[in-house]
Amino acid sequence: MAEDKKMFKVKIDNISVEVEPGTTILNAARLIGGEVVPPAMCYYSKLEGSGGKCRTCIVKVTKGSDADPRPMPKLVASCRTTVMDGMEVANITSPEVLDARKGVVEFLLINHPLDCPICDQAGECHLQDLGYENGSEATRYEFKRRTFDKVDLGDKIKLHMTRCILCYRCVFTADQLTQKREHGILGRGDAAEIGTYIKQSLDNDFIGNVIDVCPVGALTDNTFRFKNRVWFLKPVDAHRNCNNPKCCGKVVLWMRGDEVFRVTARKDEYGEVENFICDECRFEKKDKNDWVIEGPRKINHHSVISQGQYVNTVKPLDPLVDVLDGRKPKLLFNIHSESQVNRPEIDLSKIEGPAHSDDFIIKKS
Amino acid sequence: MGRKLLLDKAHIEGIRYYDTYRSNGGYAAAEKALKNLGPDGVLDEVKKSGLRGRGGAGFPTGMKWSFIAKPEGVPRYLVCNADESEPGTFKDRYLMEFIPHLLIEGLLISSFALGANSCYIYIRGEYAWIPEILEQAIAEAKNKGWLGKNILGTGFDLEIYVQRGAGAYICGEETALIESLEGKRGNPRIKPPFPAVKGLYQCPTVVNNVETLAAVVPIINIGGDEYIKFGTGKSTGTKLISACGNINKPGVYEIEMNISVEEFIYSDEYCGGIKNNKRLKACIPGGSSVPVLPANLLLKTAKGETRMMTYESLADGGFATGSMLGSGGFIVMDEDQCIVRNTLTFARFYHHESCGQCSPCREGTGWMKKVLQNIEYGKGKMSDIDLLWDIQRKIEGNTICPLGDAAAWPVAAAIRHFRDEFEWHVLNPEESQKRNFGLAHYADPIPAPAAV
Ligand SMILES: Cc1cc2nc3c(=O)[nH]c(=O)nc-3n(C[C@H](O)[C@H](O)[C@H](O)COP(=O)(O)O)c2cc1C
Ligand code: SF4
Ligand code: FES
Repeated sequence: MAEDKKMFKVKIDNISVEVEPGTTILNAARLIGGEVVPPAMCYYSKLEGSGGKCRTCIVKVTKGSDADPRPMPKLVASCRTTVMDGMEVANITSPEVLDARKGVVEFLLINHPLDCPICDQAGECHLQDLGYENGSEATRYEFKRRTFDKVDLGDKIKLHMTRCILCYRCVFTADQLTQKREHGILGRGDAAEIGTYIKQSLDNDFIGNVIDVCPVGALTDNTFRFKNRVWFLKPVDAHRNCNNPKCCGKVVLWMRGDEVFRVTARKDEYGEVENFICDECRFEKKDKNDWVIEGPRKINHHSVISQGQYVNTVKPLDPLVDVLDGRKPKLLFNIHSESQVNRPEIDLSKIEGPAHSDDFIIKKS
Repeated sequence: MGRKLLLDKAHIEGIRYYDTYRSNGGYAAAEKALKNLGPDGVLDEVKKSGLRGRGGAGFPTGMKWSFIAKPEGVPRYLVCNADESEPGTFKDRYLMEFIPHLLIEGLLISSFALGANSCYIYIRGEYAWIPEILEQAIAEAKNKGWLGKNILGTGFDLEIYVQRGAGAYICGEETALIESLEGKRGNPRIKPPFPAVKGLYQCPTVVNNVETLAAVVPIINIGGDEYIKFGTGKSTGTKLISACGNINKPGVYEIEMNISVEEFIYSDEYCGGIKNNKRLKACIPGGSSVPVLPANLLLKTAKGETRMMTYESLADGGFATGSMLGSGGFIVMDEDQCIVRNTLTFARFYHHESCGQCSPCREGTGWMKKVLQNIEYGKGKMSDIDLLWDIQRKIEGNTICPLGDAAAWPVAAAIRHFRDEFEWHVLNPEESQKRNFGLAHYADPIPAPAAV
């Protein structure tokens, strides 16, 4: 029975949660949600064998379990470490973890082109978010960055290896979703690259999903490239009766007016697709009439994409009344009468240091 | 003369062949193991012997063997790690070339103890001529009934296969080795699960070094209780050391783990002193991955005790003032050697050999190499030294496999002990292109700095 199944108690950043045995630390943290969730660049819950590579999700296990309370000697990848009963984990409460994570982010960025202004992924890029939250403002890397030529993987997918962080997600996707995998990792070390032998085109019903699982802009949709910035588009949930039995037909249309710019799978708050979609839905159905529109997609208001939302937005309160201390707002100020600063009787040269608003207070004596 | 257990008969004419090996007491241990001891008896002797893995980490072999899972109906495998690619390490090659039957006998006894009916030797691709030697020994042994079906009438079956690698250091890491053996790209696996539970073809597997498995033969011959009378403390038995660098007699030496580092370097039985009467500057005692030690800390520990050629003594003082016995690749540097250049050489190696799976190692090894290149070629800045320190610190402990650590440690140790040499390179960009820093104060007469 489900009730008498033993649950493991875990504490992450001092927040307790009960999870089933076999759960990873990362997924336990996701049950708690919020800030204690470690960032994950390579783990993907829907792809078997993923994770463990990027090292952004590292955490400190301060207590192994009730049975063996010793801490783990090294930081561990939370996406591949399963919880034990009584385990205690420190993520954002551990300066050591934050320091190490900052190091990982730096490593991920030293060879990244930082070409966000011309990258289609900008605005929905996990590396951008990660760098913003855990990175430094400047680089210490003074060498030439690694570059690769852009490659077309078939006519629909563009591979821009220079941006890749080698998360291996696309390789797992192709392996697990499509009939035959035609691409993989070639080369070794920092010369490793995603590639197809002799640039074979990827021709598979589900290969387009590699675009969705890519956390950065290394794999982009050739039918959408450079057409628009994602934050100018309006994400709309839609579905159709897809006759591919493995496709759910549930998608997000990225629209501007009545025009469909691109079609993607629906992604959850961790950027993982809810269900994979087939290439026909993704690439061939770019007409609004192909779809049954369900309504606008909920987008986290922290996301830059929320800009493109167009219904349910509340008109912001008018703060003007507060600002004006209850005075009636006038459409046009007489700047000379309203501004304290504009008072010629005060000689700026007599003020010590830069002028400050206090210097302009009308002394009522 | 130190006592020997592995190479004592290695120089008998014709020992490479079965008849000579057998007539010199070969396969007696196998006979004893299969007929008298049984699998548990062998395991007991190995446990009692205190044998520690000779591949680098020094993990107790008996304990490793006892971890192997034994689910019903699932085959178990023994894999012999003959990838030997650590710079400075060339001892397994010697053993396999000169006395291959010792390894085959060791594999037979070990497989028997583990209940493995298939055993793989994964051998470094560059050792192109050795597979032939091993194949011949296997064929001879099979011919004489030591391999195949129902060995010695015990009902135990065993086949040994030799598989060549394709020239990747990372395939010496046990899980990368297993992947490679399965025909895949040699990427280390994420642990757990450990090979003892899910190894080759997802079956319980033990991976051991060549020397470890060969050492099982003398252990069975003389018994675990006799074996611990060799060596000192937890460093039981003998160890093969491949000595190289600026010494008079580079080569492979079998030492009993009870001699001092000083004796090993200076006595005529072993390295025969520093070449051309130069002075000793530094030494990397256990293969390129372990921390380099300046002469004063090499011969004596920070506590002032004589440093011995044992696992414990070489590690005395931790990484602050000690190093590791590692795989036994003993690299000696005289007063003319440049530490920066040497560190760069290693950094280049690790950068080249990183599999590229995890970000700190993939990106960090290349970065360290480039910074070191600048310093070595007179383009370095003072801040580069601290930067190097910070990079290695952020790689260490944050990677999937120990290659990341192995890349970080040499850089850390070089800066820790030889920082002034790095600074000299930065401050004297032109002079450093023409001459070496020299011995400075690292050599013998100066007392060791207090432990930090
Ligand atoms: C990057 C790397 C390379 C390694 N190369 C070797 C090797 O060439 N030979 C070897 O015996 N062990 C090597 N090891 C150690 C193995 O992973 C493993 O620990 C060893 O084979 C276990 O054998 P032992 O217990 O007999 O020492 C390497 C480890 C790492 C991390
Ligand atoms: S530490 Fe280096 S060699 Fe080991 S898995 Fe990571 S990238 Fe590969
Ligand atoms: S998400 Fe855990 S290592 Fe990449």
